[in-house]
Amino acid sequence: MSEERRVRVLVAKPGLDGHDRGAKVIASAFRDAGFEVIYTGLHQTPEMIVSAAVQEDVDVVAMSVLSGAHMTLFPRVKELLGQAGADNVLVTGGGIIPKDDVKELEDMGIGRLFGPGTSTKESIAYVKEWFAIHAVSR
Amino acid sequence: MTIREKDVPNISEVVKALSERDQEISDLKAKLLKWESTYERANKRKAVFNSGSGTEISPLYTDLDRAEADPGLLGLPGNYPYTRGPYATMYRSKLWTMRQFAGFATAEDTNARYKYLLDHGQTGLSVAFDFPTLMGFDSDHSRSLGEVGVCGVAVSSTLDMEELFEGIPLDKVSVSMTINGPAIILFCFYIAAAEKQGVDTRVLRGTIQNDILKEYQAQHAWIFPPNPALRCIVDMFDWCSENTPKYNPISISGYHIREAGATAVEELAFTLANGFEYVEKGLESGLDIDSFAPQLSFFFDVHNDFFEEIAKLRAARRIWARRMRKVYGAKNPASWRLRTHCQTAGVSLTAQQAENNIVRVAYQAMAASLGGTQSLHTNSMDETLALPTEKAARIALRTQQILAYESGIPNTIDPLAGSFYVETLTDNIEREAEIIFDEIETLGGVVPGIESGWFQQKIAHSAMRQQNEIESGERTVVGVNQFTEGSESIEIDTLKIDKEVEKRQIAKIVALKKSRDESKVSECLSALHQACRTDENLVPKILECARSYCTLFEIRDVMQEVFGSYKEPVFF
Repeated sequence: MSEERRVRVLVAKPGLDGHDRGAKVIASAFRDAGFEVIYTGLHQTPEMIVSAAVQEDVDVVAMSVLSGAHMTLFPRVKELLGQAGADNVLVTGGGIIPKDDVKELEDMGIGRLFGPGTSTKESIAYVKEWFAIHAVSR
Repeated sequence: MTIREKDVPNISEVVKALSERDQEISDLKAKLLKWESTYERANKRKAVFNSGSGTEISPLYTDLDRAEADPGLLGLPGNYPYTRGPYATMYRSKLWTMRQFAGFATAEDTNARYKYLLDHGQTGLSVAFDFPTLMGFDSDHSRSLGEVGVCGVAVSSTLDMEELFEGIPLDKVSVSMTINGPAIILFCFYIAAAEKQGVDTRVLRGTIQNDILKEYQAQHAWIFPPNPALRCIVDMFDWCSENTPKYNPISISGYHIREAGATAVEELAFTLANGFEYVEKGLESGLDIDSFAPQLSFFFDVHNDFFEEIAKLRAARRIWARRMRKVYGAKNPASWRLRTHCQTAGVSLTAQQAENNIVRVAYQAMAASLGGTQSLHTNSMDETLALPTEKAARIALRTQQILAYESGIPNTIDPLAGSFYVETLTDNIEREAEIIFDEIETLGGVVPGIESGWFQQKIAHSAMRQQNEIESGERTVVGVNQFTEGSESIEIDTLKIDKEVEKRQIAKIVALKKSRDESKVSECLSALHQACRTDENLVPKILECARSYCTLFEIRDVMQEVFGSYKEPVFF
């Protein structure tokens, strides 16, 4: 039964943005919550992220974007995951993402996007809940 | 009013005065004991009385806390050890420079914002580049996709730099540029643009951030590995001391270290340790300390803990002065003097009830002025949501003007000197920084500390600790974990960058490459390639490339072939 399995999460920093405070905090919090966490390090292209996601067979890709390039990066990762036959992977994340863009990205099938001031508990709960519903089908 | 020129206080006089105060002090001790017992019995608020750095703060500071302190630690403003300010007359002569960091979309768009800011009373410019530029990519590079002009202005060649300052006289306005990995290249674009305006480089005033060590530690916009990167910086020290004597070739920055999570004390200690490293590299390459040290400048964050931030700036000046004089043997007082820019803490701003950020910024700005900063950027209230709108940027600038012209704070120099609390904090921060310097030394220095990830880990741990404090409620963030209003309550306008910007930028590069003299371009680039293999100063070679309209990525690429690229140690 899949509840026995731990959630595997790839925490990723796409694009050229070097702000990794949030990514590192969330990676540590996910680990403390019992997830298996892989952190990509900085300056990753969508191709690099998807290849790591596939290789590591993760359930979730959590991306942190503070550069304003979210409208390019989130859809691109989602698209490449689809091409790699991994469209059951949850793409979620956070950063400086204006509300209208959040709505647009969610409509494209991106998971929840968290803004500044979010408690790590909230994003952990979200991933756990998603996993409880979707992990069975994997 | 006359300012006394006397530098070193007469120690024997001070000792005499102290002994006369013996009686006074023992009286005070007795009274204090009584006060303490009252305090112990009293009801106290349920709160954690710590500084932002986590140091326990006493409920009361008195004469006794500094009874043993050396009065020479204070001195007078403009005098060693500069605790009270780097200049003798400080804001009585010249207010801090109000320098708002700005840049977005294309050079033309940003040029218009600069003119707007200058028209509204801003007194210096500060360029924010987009991520591709910060990382040394041209706007048409595949890695730049989606990021062109988004977080700052795109500058891929001298042509963009010329447009950025079109109609802005570079001999009159001082310009600060936040660029690090490819700093030497953007600096040459700037010099070439100034030459095009007919400006003598010797009158140029401004600062280029050019602090690669904190990039490895915190901000992460690097290109080359530490050794060649440090060589470029030392080449700039050397070239600038001759050719741009009024220009600061480096701004040794704590800001990004702090924003990434460090405490105030860590910010101070890491930044100064980086400063010592640059000095040592300059000395190793054979430069005379007094030839480049007067042009070193600093950049600190000003965060929420009001008094700790003030004390941090005062301690920074004192530590730097002492090191420069006693350890590195600088003789010119200008080499001892730490001059700094400050910026309010972006990381302290909240997306929740974003208008409250105006108040946070105002308090932080006040701390910067009380700490004696030379220039200041005040953040806009909407920066946790997007790039600032014109209105938000104007309020941020007005905040400084209210501080400068209405509050009365700049009327007297270092107004908090002698405060039992502020002086004790200043002494304590200095002591704690010295402990960190020792730790760094046992690591083998700054570069080994970076390579092993020591700095990065310290910063990440502090960030995690602060997050935990917020989530446990130990640290209050108004509107976030206390005094919340449920769902998002305030709608504020945000600035959006048009997708057309990327297309316009790419078209511009294509056109540039068609119009320039290609044989000149390849000639300059191969001369640079050669020079990278030798000890020759790289500035003149890159400047030739800039004058010939080689692009940022073309220059970076040639250098990278020789220097290689930096690989970060990945961990969390």
